[in-house]
Amino acid sequence: MGFLAPYVLVLAIFVVVPVIIGFGIGLRPQIYRELLADPVFATAAKNTFIYVIVSVNATMVIALILSGFFSLQKRWIGLLLVLFILPWAAPSIPTILSFRVMLNAETGVINQQLFQLFGIMEGPAWLTNANLAFVMAIIVHIWKSLPFWTLTLLTGRLAISGDLYEAASVDGASIWQKFRYITWPSLAKLYMTSTILSAIWTLGDFNSIYLLTGGGPADQTQVLATLGVKYVSNSRLDLGIASILIALPIILPLVVVMMRRLSGGREE
Amino acid sequence: MRKYWRNSGLAAIAIVIILWTLFPIYHLVVLSLSPQEDMLAGHIWPQNPTLRNFGIVFRQQHNFLAHFWRDIGNSLIVAVTVSILTLVIATLTAFATSRLRVKGSRLLMGLALGTYLIPAAFLAIPMYRAMSIYGLLNTRSALILAMTALASPYAIWILKQASDRLPRELDEAAVVDGASIWQVFRLIYLPLMRAPMVAIGIYALLLAWNEYLYAFLLNSDDAAQPLSVGLGLFLGADDSPWNLLMTSGLIYAIPPIVIYYTFRKNMVSGITAGAVKS
Repeated sequence: MGFLAPYVLVLAIFVVVPVIIGFGIGLRPQIYRELLADPVFATAAKNTFIYVIVSVNATMVIALILSGFFSLQKRWIGLLLVLFILPWAAPSIPTILSFRVMLNAETGVINQQLFQLFGIMEGPAWLTNANLAFVMAIIVHIWKSLPFWTLTLLTGRLAISGDLYEAASVDGASIWQKFRYITWPSLAKLYMTSTILSAIWTLGDFNSIYLLTGGGPADQTQVLATLGVKYVSNSRLDLGIASILIALPIILPLVVVMMRRLSGGREE
Repeated sequence: MRKYWRNSGLAAIAIVIILWTLFPIYHLVVLSLSPQEDMLAGHIWPQNPTLRNFGIVFRQQHNFLAHFWRDIGNSLIVAVTVSILTLVIATLTAFATSRLRVKGSRLLMGLALGTYLIPAAFLAIPMYRAMSIYGLLNTRSALILAMTALASPYAIWILKQASDRLPRELDEAAVVDGASIWQVFRLIYLPLMRAPMVAIGIYALLLAWNEYLYAFLLNSDDAAQPLSVGLGLFLGADDSPWNLLMTSGLIYAIPPIVIYYTFRKNMVSGITAGAVKS
């Protein structure tokens, strides 16, 4: 059918063939031995796990709370929402690099201000201490993704009938009871779908780590998404492919669950 | 009294939200307005605000910025082409799968959804290998085709949902009146799909303009590099002129922000429709 031809071609040439090439390269068992022998891989795998669990849950819980705030029908809160989506609307590169410059231990504005205001000579090594740098990458990720998920949950909240809350108020329900018995039951499914989708996207988040820490210091903040690219830069494409394929058992179930949720039932 | 406490509480939340949201962006703007010698002083407020950095960037008077205009031109060509290609591909596909219900539609939609859900960073390395086999590395076409392949699935999916909502009687009536499929597509389908098509065109435009990973993998140190890769070059040195980086970064960020806010109503409904459908 002619109408489908353009997409079928694009899909075949630029998605299916690359994936087949990738699996072809990934068939050789010794690259996995080499990958597992690389201590940076262990670090990256552990980091990826922590990165996804912490960023996703922190983002979703904060988004859940903030969506309650933004659902209040006040004009100034509506205006604040317009401002609040700025991190999502802005491209990542300049804003993440802004974080990087501001967190520089010697020249960054944060440590300079700590010195000028409190006389602290040596402020925290925000990006040169591995643990701190990793926390900062998580914060940058939350900063960037929070508006999108807040907006998503806000849309879900606004779809709940106001009559339910009014009836609950008449019956003397507390704020917590309204959340527990009205908001959460209506929002739970959307919250779970959002959490899975957010986990998939966070697994593939290259920018927050690469642009903020570059995976450093000493590869201590690498995640799988950045490590794969590092292998490619070092002319070890096979190891890059292996580091992706080895993560598939975690990614694929999430993708399959998500595909079922998105293409399944058509209730709106 | 209760109302007073409630309002102060809301105001406190609002202040935290404003500081959290704006600080990195404010910092970006302050550095772009600060002269080189003030840059390391770490002022919260620009002491000697100047537009000199913008002059340096526009006249390409620094090594890192020697190709500023060429890079911006590349970004523009890539983003506009990806947007047009994605729109054409996605509209045709949505029409065929939703209105004509062509055989194989379900399989194709499944593959599209799968492509959308697999993190782009994980497809990047196989894509890089394929592009090098195709001989496309370090050309604008590589980035254009890669971004079109990445933008199409979501575009198709949103357009298909929108077109599933159009009444089927419209097409049937036209066909009874003797219209060809192509006429139904052009005269009935396209005009009805204008709103979601705007959202999708903007989505693909911003996705391609903002992309960094694919841009630098597929176009390293070459005349085809977009501005995102040019900005990344600043990371190569420890003593980079950060104020110039922030200035060019600000110039890079303004077009997508303006476009996003202009089409915010379309975007918000379109994008959340995608994620919300639970």
